[in-house]
Amino acid sequence: MTELPTSTAKKLGLVIDLDTCVGCHACVVSCKGWNTENYGATLSDQNAYSGAASGTFLNRVHSYEVQPPMLRDAPQPAQLIHFPKSCLHCDDAPCVTVCPTGASYKRVEDGIVLVNEQDCIGCGLCAWACPYGARELDEAAGVMKKCTLCVDRIYNENLPEEDRQPACVRTCPSNARHFGDLADPESDVSILVAERGGFDLMPEQGTKPTNKYLPPRPKDVEPEYDILAPYLEPIAKDGKGFVSWLDKALSALPGGAK
Amino acid sequence: MHPAPSVIIFTTFSGLGFGLLFWLGINPTPPTGWVAFAFFAIAYLGAVGGLLASTFHLGRPERFLKAFRQWTTSWLSREGICAVATLLTMALYGAGLVFFGTKITALGWLGALGALATIFTTSMIYAQLKTVPRWNHWTTPALFLGLSVAGGALLSGKVTVTLGLLVVTGALQAFAWFHGDGRFTASGTTMESATGLGHIGKVRAFEPPHTGTNYLMREFIHVVGRKHAMQLRVIALLLGFVVPVAFLLASFNHWLALLAVVSHVVGVLTLRWLFFAQAEHVVGLYYGKR
Repeated sequence: MTELPTSTAKKLGLVIDLDTCVGCHACVVSCKGWNTENYGATLSDQNAYSGAASGTFLNRVHSYEVQPPMLRDAPQPAQLIHFPKSCLHCDDAPCVTVCPTGASYKRVEDGIVLVNEQDCIGCGLCAWACPYGARELDEAAGVMKKCTLCVDRIYNENLPEEDRQPACVRTCPSNARHFGDLADPESDVSILVAERGGFDLMPEQGTKPTNKYLPPRPKDVEPEYDILAPYLEPIAKDGKGFVSWLDKALSALPGGAK
Repeated sequence: MHPAPSVIIFTTFSGLGFGLLFWLGINPTPPTGWVAFAFFAIAYLGAVGGLLASTFHLGRPERFLKAFRQWTTSWLSREGICAVATLLTMALYGAGLVFFGTKITALGWLGALGALATIFTTSMIYAQLKTVPRWNHWTTPALFLGLSVAGGALLSGKVTVTLGLLVVTGALQAFAWFHGDGRFTASGTTMESATGLGHIGKVRAFEPPHTGTNYLMREFIHVVGRKHAMQLRVIALLLGFVVPVAFLLASFNHWLALLAVVSHVVGVLTLRWLFFAQAEHVVGLYYGKR
C-alpha cells in the first residue's frame, strides 16, 4: 500500500561521515556487486564498452569543492568533500505516496523503503518525487531500482554475523559509513549523530530523511608565527670562540658580509 | 525535466479531448445523429489517443491495469480512474445522442464533471511535486483546466465563449511563466542545503559520480532546449491565443475556424514542450546544474 505508516518500530538507516570519506567509490562497487545478483532485477549497464557508457546504480559518490570565506583578510584553502548519496529511507517519503500501483512501500517493522518489482509499471513518478535522485529506472528491466539497505543481508542468517550489514557499510575502508537503528537514542548511530551534529539533506523539502550526514570537522588554522623560528636564529651573538673569530675575520675581508 | 514527446502529446490531445467532452456534456442543445458522431469521434480520438501515447513512457506498459489501485494517495491512480469513468459515462451519453437522438441530461453533466476531474487530476500529478518548484503552484491546475476548456470550446464551435476563455488563459499562461521563473530560487533549495555543507562556505560541484551520463541526468536535467525559451514563449502565445482570437473575430467560417484550431494546437504543443523543458528538478543541484 502506498499509504505511509504512521510510525515504524525501528528506523534502520545509514550515518555517513563526510569527514572520513576518502571518495574511493568502494561502496559504489560493492553495492552494485551485491545488488546486481541478489534482490530483484539485475542492475543493467548500457553500452558498457563504448564512450557513452551508462548504467543503474543505487549509490553514487559526488565530490564537492567548498570555499570557506576569507579569514583575517586572507583567502582560505578550499576543502574537497566526497559525498556518497543513496536512498535516505525518509519518514515522509514522497516517492511512496505518488506510486499508482502500490509497488513502492515503506516497511512498518524497520522503516526501509522498498519497491515490489512485480507491481512496478515503470512510470518513473517516484523518481520525479524524490529530491535526492535516489531512484533510477533500469533501462533493461523497465522497473524502478533503489537502495534496499541490503534487506537480504541484514536479516540473513546464512551469513556470518559481521556480514549482516549493508554491503556499502561492510566494505568501507575508512569507516565512513555506519548502519543502525536511528529510532533508538542509545544506538551507536544515534550517539554518533548527537555527538557530531549529524544533519539532514534538503530539510526544507519536508521528507524527514532517516539517513544522516556527519559534517567534516573544521580544519586546523595555520599559526601566524613560524614555530621553527626560534631554532633558526643565529646562536653566537656574544662574540666568543672560534666561530665568532671566523665570522669577524671573514667580515673584515673586502666585500665581506657585516 | 526531459520533454518526452509521449507526455507532451498525451497532455495536449487528451486535454483537448476531455475539454470537448465537457462542452458536449453540458450543451443544452447537443448535436444528434451523424453530427454528434463526428464530435464524439474527435473527442475520443484526442482523449484515448493521448492516454495511449502516455503508456509509451512506461517501462512495463503491459502492467498498466495495476495503476488503478492506489487512488487513496496517488494522483496518477486517480487520473486513471477519472479518465476511464468519464470515457464510459460519455460513451453512454454519446450513444444516446448518436443512435437514438435522445439526451440523458444527468449523464451528460456527470460526464462533464468527470472530464474536469480528469484534467484536474492530470495537472495535480505535476503540481504535487515539491521537487519541481515551477510546477508546485496553483497556476499548474488552473492552466491545465483553462487550456482544456478553452480548446474544447474552440473545437465545439462556441465562438464567444472561446474568445473569452482564450484571452483569460493566455493571460494566465503569461503570468505563470513570469511567476514561475523565480520559484526555484524562492523554494530555498540550494547546493548548500542539498549537501548540508553551506556552514563551511560556497559549494561547487567538483567531480560528478561518473564520467558518463545516467538516468537522473537524462530525465531531470535538460539545459540545451532552454536556449530559445523566450522566442518559444512568444510563438506559443501568438499561435495558441492571439492567432485563434484574430481568426474568430475576423468572421466565422469553417475554414478560418479550422485554421484557428490548428494554430491553437501547435501553440499548446509549444507551451507544453516549454512546461517540461523549463521545469527544473532540485536533484540537478547535486550535479551543479539546473
